[in-house]
Amino acid sequence: MSVPLKFHYDVHGEDFTSAGNASVQAKKALRQLGYDPNIIRRVSIAMYEGEINMVIHADGGSADIIVYPDYIEIVLADKGPGIPDVSKAMQEGFSTAPDNIRSLGFGAGMGLPNMKKHTDDMKIDTVIGEGTTITMRVNT
Amino acid sequence: MTVKELAEKLGLKALSMPDGDREVLTGYAGDLLSWVMGKAPSDAAWFTIMSNINIIAVAMLRDVSAIVVCEGAEISNDVIARAEEQDINLLVSEKGIYDLCVELAKMI
Repeated sequence: MSVPLKFHYDVHGEDFTSAGNASVQAKKALRQLGYDPNIIRRVSIAMYEGEINMVIHADGGSADIIVYPDYIEIVLADKGPGIPDVSKAMQEGFSTAPDNIRSLGFGAGMGLPNMKKHTDDMKIDTVIGEGTTITMRVNT
Repeated sequence: MTVKELAEKLGLKALSMPDGDREVLTGYAGDLLSWVMGKAPSDAAWFTIMSNINIIAVAMLRDVSAIVVCEGAEISNDVIARAEEQDINLLVSEKGIYDLCVELAKMI
């Protein structure tokens, strides 16, 4: 069996103006692989929301896209504060983003719900004070 | 209708128009980027007053035809440069979002 194709991106926490760059690069890479635009949109939107979350809450992290024969996996990992109440965080409209982030148009409490909506499977591993890893899958 | 035609008919000024022949199939209005990211249809003209650099990534990832920054909201050169770099059509208008959407609705 062939080794799956991997793309790795670092997400920088200090710079909000570059937030989204990793997702944009991933979108371009998947386009080059010839995926259906709808699949690409779902992967890149889910990744973008995660990327924004890592910038807002965790001072950055890493994003990996792993391309398997019949699905694409997105793994977002950070060493942030962790999510105290995952079920609350999954509710549309719930947000703990600070005001300066809201003034940029984020913090609507749509990030995690959007990630779930655009993927076929989503798993959240979070430990308070240690970090969060979100693994998502989009079937191709 | 193409983005170029949209610009002409609505009197929009193009700050970046790398793909003026792109079709506009519908419209969308919204300022909360995380909301827009979840809901905006592709091939839409996206009307907003938000003008920070993050609008470019949202437009690119959502595949909208064009961003229309309304009500004379100011746009920095960084945002225009990023739009050009990412092949995003970026248009501006002094008019209000409601008025522009009404005009668009009459045309599509």
